[in-house]
Amino acid sequence: MADLTTTFCGITSPNPFWLASAPPTDKEYNVRRAFDAGWGGAVWKTLGMEGPPVVNVNGPRYGAIWGADRRLLGLNNIELITDRPLQVNLDEMTRVKRDYPDRALVASVMVPCEEAAWKEILPRIAETGCDGFELNFGCPHGMAERGMGSAVGQVPEYIEMVTRWCKEATGLPVIVKLTPNVTNILGPAQAAKDGGADAVSLINTINSITSVNLDDMSPEPMIDGKGTHGGYCGPAVKPIALNMVAEIARNPGTLGLPISGIGGITTWRDAAEFMALGAGNVQVCTAAMTYGFKVVQELISGLEQWMDEKGHSAVSDIVGRAVPNVTDWQYLNLNHVTKARIDQDLCIKCGRCFAACEDTSHQAISMSPDRVFEVKDDECVACNLCVNVCPVENCITMETLQPGHIDERTGKVVEEHAADWTTHPNNPSAAAAE
Amino acid sequence: MASAIRKEGVSSGRVDMDTAQANFSDLHPSYDAHEALVAADRCYFCHDAPCITACPTSIDIPLFIRQIATGTPEAAAETILEQNILGGMCARVCPTETLCEEACVREAAEGKPVEIGRLQRHATDTLMSKDIHPFQRKSLTGRKIAVVGAGPSGLACAHRLAMHGHDVVIFEARSKGGGLNEFGIAAYKTTNDFAQRELDWLLQIGGIEIRYGHALGNSITLEQLRADYDAVFLGMGLAGVNALSLEGEDKENVEDAVAFIAELRQAQDVTALPVGRRVVIIGGGMTAIDAAVQSKLLGAEEVTVVYRRAQDAMPASGYEQDLAQKKGVRIVCNAAPVGIEGNGSLTGVTFAYTETVDGKLVTTDDTFTLPADQLFKAIGQTLAGAPADVVLEGGKIAVDGLGQTSVKGVWAGGDCASGGDDLTVTAVAEGRDAAENIHATLMGA
Ligand SMILES: Cc1cc2nc3c(=O)[nH]c(=O)nc-3n(C[C@H](O)[C@H](O)[C@H](O)COP(=O)(O)OP(=O)(O)OC[C@H]3O[C@@H](n4cnc5c(N)ncnc54)[C@H](O)[C@@H]3O)c2cc1C
Ligand SMILES: Cc1cc2nc3c(=O)[nH]c(=O)nc-3n(C[C@H](O)[C@H](O)[C@H](O)COP(=O)(O)O)c2cc1C
Ligand code: SF4
Ligand code: SF4
Ligand code: SF4
Repeated sequence: MADLTTTFCGITSPNPFWLASAPPTDKEYNVRRAFDAGWGGAVWKTLGMEGPPVVNVNGPRYGAIWGADRRLLGLNNIELITDRPLQVNLDEMTRVKRDYPDRALVASVMVPCEEAAWKEILPRIAETGCDGFELNFGCPHGMAERGMGSAVGQVPEYIEMVTRWCKEATGLPVIVKLTPNVTNILGPAQAAKDGGADAVSLINTINSITSVNLDDMSPEPMIDGKGTHGGYCGPAVKPIALNMVAEIARNPGTLGLPISGIGGITTWRDAAEFMALGAGNVQVCTAAMTYGFKVVQELISGLEQWMDEKGHSAVSDIVGRAVPNVTDWQYLNLNHVTKARIDQDLCIKCGRCFAACEDTSHQAISMSPDRVFEVKDDECVACNLCVNVCPVENCITMETLQPGHIDERTGKVVEEHAADWTTHPNNPSAAAAE
Repeated sequence: MASAIRKEGVSSGRVDMDTAQANFSDLHPSYDAHEALVAADRCYFCHDAPCITACPTSIDIPLFIRQIATGTPEAAAETILEQNILGGMCARVCPTETLCEEACVREAAEGKPVEIGRLQRHATDTLMSKDIHPFQRKSLTGRKIAVVGAGPSGLACAHRLAMHGHDVVIFEARSKGGGLNEFGIAAYKTTNDFAQRELDWLLQIGGIEIRYGHALGNSITLEQLRADYDAVFLGMGLAGVNALSLEGEDKENVEDAVAFIAELRQAQDVTALPVGRRVVIIGGGMTAIDAAVQSKLLGAEEVTVVYRRAQDAMPASGYEQDLAQKKGVRIVCNAAPVGIEGNGSLTGVTFAYTETVDGKLVTTDDTFTLPADQLFKAIGQTLAGAPADVVLEGGKIAVDGLGQTSVKGVWAGGDCASGGDDLTVTAVAEGRDAAENIHATLMGA
């Protein structure tokens, strides 16, 4: 049986599933029940400065995107950091950590960009017994307008500076939470590393407007006739998060920097994918907000079953396994030729593949009067679009042409050796092929 | 009510009012808005969709379903109605299991088609509940066309002609319009007086006058119509019924199923309608099934449909047969009536089992008698009152692909005309297409 125990930047938890800093981790009542349900750790809802608590809006704070049966696909929020007094949070964290010593309890922090502020608050929070800190450089709304959150996360120099202050202020692990609202995630990740961060976590939410109310002509969620951009999360953001995680995992400068993967994780499979791309553990927010704490049971049982099936006994066996296979376009093998194949027994004759290929510049699928759909090998560029639009799973597959076969589209014999763009004759800066 | 159910003979009040209301409620209740979105999401938006081909009126089904899915059921309704002006009724009565839904690729894939009929109803009901009539007449042409019969074919023809700017007068023998929509379709398929509401809605186009109580052959002749109008469309349905040609057919409680159904459809209070304790229906089509199911719903204890051929040859669809059996109707196949029993009042019907010999159906000597106090004949309707000068074909008015009869300036469609199934949707398609050809003929000339 696979052992899910995970040690992430020195913090050990019974499984790699942590709750991300958000409303589910905003109070003792919640975190206790989350731990009872089986969550391996929790990053407490972001703490701010001592003083008058943060004020949230009193109108709606969420916008959403749904599938047809109102399955929540994407969520957007305009919530700020915790709006409860600092001491109340600290007392609660202390009690929770005392009663759940085996679980990871990490404090998320966001204070103004001043050395004294960070150096004063970290030791005070450390008294709760928490296992580490997560610096919230990610929140894209509200706090950013006050020079915090993503206003810091978008400037690598600030990230490095604040991270260094924090490392000087505490001996506990420091995780830097990155905002995806940047053109290149590597800059902030490198800055965190240079500042001495023990790990990065990503992604925080993405700047977004989920929908527009066409009656009142205002973005949703609408508050007294107006709306603002919020932070996008949930299943829809997973592809963006996966790419950012993979970029950091494979970039020479940040190689080896522990990553806590966040963004749209809803099932065990999502979690396994993040870990395969280099995440040492994962954090979950929207799935818990949508379905409740109980989803962790499926995350645990699914990951265990898959690891058993694949013969992985420890979480460390799967972390980063797919990273060597993430490469740049220019290194993809141009001699690898595939063709779409339609399984006529599975085909239900909907014609979607035809419409897609016909209207997407390839015209490589033929349609007979009695609705038999066939791939024309001499036109098929192997783009895979038909596979993706076909409503029947495995009805269309991509067959690899073996070396020696002729690609009817190009008339060329499929070659055995791999060859990529770097050596391609059409590439003006190609290295001479040997 | 146990005693009422077992009361011998033909009697009313076998079920109480509440039971009757429940029994005759909507067979397929309408979707709520969310159900419709979920059902619409199942459509694959097929290329050159097979469901469109299978619909006699060629409604652009993937388009209208997508319009529902994107929150515009009114636009969906317009897509439906521009092909089929009685799209509301068709959504309720079409045997979709042998038409669009049979062709749906999801039927082939998983035996669960997209519920096209119910989606169509959702769209048309939404539009009609707002009392929107989305079509307007083109500029008036000054042409006048006579339509005989205010059934589906006549109404579809009249509406399309009115849209093209022609004026239409419909001559209808009965005192109410709608044809079999009003007098034939099973009560649980078209509740809340839908046929009349749809008729009123359809007439909002303007330019259509209905003259009730005017039967071709009685008060008017084809010559007269041809003289007074620029064109004539015959959509008179099948007003006659086939006879069994058995002794005793004139006994009391031996009735035509269509007459029984018409009476039921017009009844203010169905519990007042008398029905037998033991009812036998002879026939295998939709009329037989409808008469049987409705007898059962009225409280008949034993209801048996007897069909002369094998079950798989029954004109009623498998779905209709299942429905009947679910309601407790017994279906006996391969048996033909040979005697009507009873001295004085009806006591039973004797059948002989049948066999097919050299492709011909023959009766055997093997017989049985079913006790019965009511017998419904549902062995087909016939054309009645067709003008003498039009050529017939197989007992119906012969028409070409454009709906033209043998008489110049006279078109026909629906049940009374040759070709096509006897279905509401087919009648609509034929009426509409004849109107297009009338329009082309009148304006091209
Ligand atoms: C019991 C029963 C149940 C049915 N159930 C279904 C069903 O569930 N689904 C389905 O698709 N189809 C069903 N049908 C068939 C469907 O009702 C018909 O195919 C359809 O109504 C044909 O339309 P029509 O306009 O040709 O004729 P009709 O609907 O018969 O209309 C003809 C009209 O012409 C009038 N008329 C007749 N003679 C004259 C005359 N001489 N002068 C003036 N007016 C005249 C009649 O009064 C009537 O109003 C059913 C039929 C029956 C009998
Ligand atoms: C309502 C809400 C409030 C959040 N508040 C915080 C916060 O205070 N601090 C923080 O670091 N991230 C916050 N997040 C971001 C989440 O921790 C997480 O990074 C993001 O939602 C992506 O993960 P998901 O797709 O699993 O939800 C918040 C998210 C939501 C939905
Ligand atoms: S892989 Fe692309 S080009 Fe080939 S048949 Fe499919 S859609 Fe057309
Ligand atoms: S999309 Fe798939 S099921 Fe549809 S016609 Fe093409 S191969 Fe067949
Ligand atoms: S065949 Fe079925 S899935 Fe395809 S367009 Fe028609 S209703 Fe939709």
